[in-house]
Amino acid sequence: MTDAPPSVVHVTIDGVEVEAQPGEMVIAAALRAGVHIPHFCYHPRMSPVGMCRMCLVDIDGGRGPMLQPSCMVPVADGMSVDTGSAATKRAQEGILELLLVNHPLDCPVCDKGGECPLQDQTVAYGPGESRFVEEKRHYEKPIPISDLVHLDRERCILCDRCTRFADEVAGDALIHFTERGNETQVLTFPDEPFSSYFSGNTVQICPVGALTAAPYRFKARPWDLDQVESTCTTCSVGCRVAVQSSRNQLVRYLGVDIDPVNHGWLCDRGRFDFEAVNSDARLTVPVMRDPSDDQQLVGTDWSTALAAAAQAIAAARPGAVGIIGGARLTNEDAYAWSKLARSVIGTDNVDAQLGDGLPAEVVLGLPGATIDEACAADVVLVIGPDLKESLPILHLRLRAAARRGTQVVELTAAASGIADYARTIFAAPGTAAVELARLLDSDDPLAHTLTHGRVVVVLGRGSLAESAQPTIDAAAVVRSRMPGATFLPALVRGNVRGALDMGLAPGILPGRVNLSDGAAVSKVWGSLLSQPGLDTTGMLEAAANGRIDTLILLGADPIADFPDRGLAERALAGAGTVIALDTFVTESVARADIVLPTSTYGEKGGTTTNLEGRVSRLGQKVTAPGTVRDDWMIAADLASRLGGDLGVASAEDLWREITTVSAAHADCTVEVLTSDAAQDGILITGGSIVADLGEPAEPPAVDAYALRLVAGRKLYDNATSVQQSPSLAGLAVGPVLTMNPTDMARLGLHDGERADVRSARTSVVLSVVGSDAVPRGVVAVPFNQPGGTVSSLIDVTSTVTDVAVEVRGGGR
Amino acid sequence: MTSRGEPVAHAPGFVANDTPRIVTSRFDYEDSYTLARYEATGGYQGLRKALARSPEDVHAEVRNATLLGRGGAGFPAGVKWGFCPPGTWPRYLVVNGDESEPGTYKDRLLMELDPHQLIEGCVIACYAVGLSQCFLYIRGEMAVAQERVAQALNDAYAAGYVGKNILGSDLSVDIVLHWGAGAYVVGEETALIESLEGNRGMPRLKPPYFPASIGLYGQPTIVNNVETLANLPWILDNGAEAFCQIGTASSPGTRMVAVSGHVKRPGVYEIVNGTTTFRDLIYGESMCGGIRDDNDLKAFVPGGGSAPWFTPDQLDLPFEASEIGPQGSMLGSGAVMVMDHTTDIPAAALTLTRFYAHESCGKCVPCREGGTWLEQILRRVVDGTGTARDLDLLMEVGETICPGEFPHAAVPAKGLTAKPFPYRMTTICFVGPSAFAPVHSALTLFREEFEAKVAGNTDMSVSEVVINV
Repeated sequence: MTDAPPSVVHVTIDGVEVEAQPGEMVIAAALRAGVHIPHFCYHPRMSPVGMCRMCLVDIDGGRGPMLQPSCMVPVADGMSVDTGSAATKRAQEGILELLLVNHPLDCPVCDKGGECPLQDQTVAYGPGESRFVEEKRHYEKPIPISDLVHLDRERCILCDRCTRFADEVAGDALIHFTERGNETQVLTFPDEPFSSYFSGNTVQICPVGALTAAPYRFKARPWDLDQVESTCTTCSVGCRVAVQSSRNQLVRYLGVDIDPVNHGWLCDRGRFDFEAVNSDARLTVPVMRDPSDDQQLVGTDWSTALAAAAQAIAAARPGAVGIIGGARLTNEDAYAWSKLARSVIGTDNVDAQLGDGLPAEVVLGLPGATIDEACAADVVLVIGPDLKESLPILHLRLRAAARRGTQVVELTAAASGIADYARTIFAAPGTAAVELARLLDSDDPLAHTLTHGRVVVVLGRGSLAESAQPTIDAAAVVRSRMPGATFLPALVRGNVRGALDMGLAPGILPGRVNLSDGAAVSKVWGSLLSQPGLDTTGMLEAAANGRIDTLILLGADPIADFPDRGLAERALAGAGTVIALDTFVTESVARADIVLPTSTYGEKGGTTTNLEGRVSRLGQKVTAPGTVRDDWMIAADLASRLGGDLGVASAEDLWREITTVSAAHADCTVEVLTSDAAQDGILITGGSIVADLGEPAEPPAVDAYALRLVAGRKLYDNATSVQQSPSLAGLAVGPVLTMNPTDMARLGLHDGERADVRSARTSVVLSVVGSDAVPRGVVAVPFNQPGGTVSSLIDVTSTVTDVAVEVRGGGR
Repeated sequence: MTSRGEPVAHAPGFVANDTPRIVTSRFDYEDSYTLARYEATGGYQGLRKALARSPEDVHAEVRNATLLGRGGAGFPAGVKWGFCPPGTWPRYLVVNGDESEPGTYKDRLLMELDPHQLIEGCVIACYAVGLSQCFLYIRGEMAVAQERVAQALNDAYAAGYVGKNILGSDLSVDIVLHWGAGAYVVGEETALIESLEGNRGMPRLKPPYFPASIGLYGQPTIVNNVETLANLPWILDNGAEAFCQIGTASSPGTRMVAVSGHVKRPGVYEIVNGTTTFRDLIYGESMCGGIRDDNDLKAFVPGGGSAPWFTPDQLDLPFEASEIGPQGSMLGSGAVMVMDHTTDIPAAALTLTRFYAHESCGKCVPCREGGTWLEQILRRVVDGTGTARDLDLLMEVGETICPGEFPHAAVPAKGLTAKPFPYRMTTICFVGPSAFAPVHSALTLFREEFEAKVAGNTDMSVSEVVINV
């Protein structure tokens, strides 16, 4: 390291002396001092390029004032900046006149009109009239460059924002400048669409209407939009987002820049899945089986449905009520259901996870890390799902950290989407603990960094075809060999962390405490159960064996999402009464007896918690369709019908109660949550659960004739929120089996050929494609894709899933 | 159209004259480009002498020679070499053979007629500065130069002048040939580095101002012009002192100048730096021999297409940067373009502006949009459909590219005094200002010719627009 640089420099901006950070660009220092310097290409989250020349200001670094681009000149002590000098104003007028010479004046039909930086800055800094009488540049208008994004090259001012984002931030350099000079244009490469998971960000940062998003084109004008700030719950990263509506319809989400989480970026699924909220297929009224109509699901009213639900719960044998799900709920909803289950129904059979995560005490009971801590670590060790597919913005954050020097390592059965910046260490399914120990015992320099450096482990279930045990075993190796390491749980579903924090897990109470540690909770809830209940796998097994009388699904679709489809199907068939609270008729809801329609994202307030444990507020923007209700209201109603009382009348009441029963949440009062300080969310630490990871088990023996199955999730899959969003539905890849080309050759298989894939359970037919991302002896297949169910291959009682792959008669 | 006079009888090539010959000494031989001829005429002696001395010594020799860069900026090579941060390796030599400035064709001849001289210069530079590898970037269109340099390089490798343990010493240098794809802006050194790295040829942001600190692949990089390096064998063979005997103290040695346009004998001349005047060059009997048909000289471009123009009033200025700058132009890349009295000045300006507008890389708005707009307005004027307002518009668009006063020559007869070089610019590199320079010179020095083109044409004001409905 060199000598420490000065911590602050003094710069005079428009006559006012301000303090700036060394290395900060003049434009950023000016903005913090409240001086806006007009610009197009500059973006605070990307490296400067100095293309638009709009931010030229008079900068005097000691040799007299000179027009310099303020996005490229770092502050220096004693520097003087004049953003209003005659030369600056002349340059601004000149640049805007030049930017407009080829810009079509189609503002009245341009989606950007009304919120367009070019329009706004022309009004503020422009010359007032154009002297350009020649023919403007012409290109075909607009051309689709992907399924989601359209490009109008006539409007483009070539600021390099989208192309820089694609290359520098997203790592998908699929759009680029072509041609030269006056003919310069942004284009994709021939036959290669801009199929990036992050393409929507380019639309958001485009300073003109050159890039437009298919789901928003011609849907609204900016002055018709109303917006509220919220947090995205598509996955558990918790990106801050502006939810915008027009005429009570969600029309657009925009990323909001907060430092600890998303830096303004969103993934395309999170950005565009609002379409599902607007879907005509939404459940709008309660639905029940009609004995007089061949047991069809038919609409009914709330009192009938709730009475039937209450009766089914009341009639159940003790311990024979199970509640699965909760990740779609707000924290308040989850708390209400947690309280209903324990203090009114009297069951501890609650689980917000669907057998596809890690046990709640492992999620809550390991020393935690934040995303920022991961990005500042020496090494980030990923033992979990493909982050690019499951937690896309966490992937972007880690990618940026890797560019700054953090080493990212993935211990995985198949190379994932982060492999372009991470070092991939293969560990066949079931062997993560063994391979990690082997690495730590080796003379690889990484071993020393892992044991002696700042390490954050991103921990989650990498494959649904493998039980949680191998991951727990790997975590045990981390705990014993890398004592300084902290953990960032790679939870997948939106508010699963919040649901666990609220006690929607067997044996766990709100505030991350065990049943035995529930003194504070019992003061409000009354006496508590002493024995932990069943988790989702346990409940489904019990239901399949006829030991669950009433099964409640809180926005859960176990048939699609539980790793073992066979068990889920037997469970729903074997349960006495199935009550589902949901927004759509999913595969599981279609088998329910009583269906209660609920509100969803954008239709309700409250709070959510991201994978770090960061609580932030949700914004309600539109009113829910039909007669749907919030989940907590349904809980409160059921409680009174069951002779109890949740004692709350609003979501805010619920939060106040949470801060009294949970020591971890005590400081996060309603007042704190609604203050400006809560803009970035409030990180909840604390809780008394300590994970007992046990001793690593022997990895399952390898059958030399079998291939070991890896089943991971893709960003676009058969989830309702994707399939009910017309813009996203077609983007799912479908069930394709990926295997090592050497294995393919050994089995006589060719790319694109269809093959029989047989496990101990059943066999399915999948098309096969070869890739070196998958090592020999392993095959990978995406989970829950439209057009094929691989979860029927998986037996949840086995540690790993071995399959045989054979050429199918009939071939390609 | 005005008369263009008789076509020149030969394609412009090298024309010998009576000045000392440093870099063109072999140009008279039919086989000047072969290794045999090179060795027979003192070739690789400079390298042998250099290897007998320490690198620091060789560097000092070049620094003492005050060898000014011949690419355009005229920065002393020995000083530039010293900008490499000490202790940082690897460091690279990049040879800028992307000679593209309109009117300039001296480096092409150096590569075609004496490629070994360049190769020897490269190896000497690598030895002096500790450069481990050399990249020789040759303009895409120069087929013969590419062929001859490639052959010379093969021969030099075989003879042990390049490669491992050169001439039995500890010095090992590899030279890699790279052929450009035809972009003028790649002559800008940072754009050339981008191009070498496989990216779009776009200039890099400054600072860092010199690639010597961060250049090719992020490593210290020396970028030198072909002619600059071609001087090294002679300097090492004969010494800095001998070099400084020629020319002036501030501009020693000789330099090559490519003359085109309306002279009797266009071609490449090796002239004495600092003392030869434009009058010597254009009118000297051993040089261009005067204007074709003994016409009157109207104007000349002293330093390549992007240089502000001179008029007969500046004929007695010498090839000395410190004298040219205050008079409103630059020596640039060593190209003189001569226009006689038959020249249509606005059309000549259009030809040059069109080139720079076409060659804009598209990065900076003032160059990308302004250059093309200048061309469009100027074309209208040249075609006779422009108006008086267009003449002001040309200057105002130009001011967006180059704020403040733009350099120009003095024309006492018109009451114009010189505005000194350089200009200020709102672009990253000089391509934008280069599109404006010919417009500015032509319109400032010969405004009456423009006014004649627009005479009688009136601007249509809004009140005059008749809309038929």
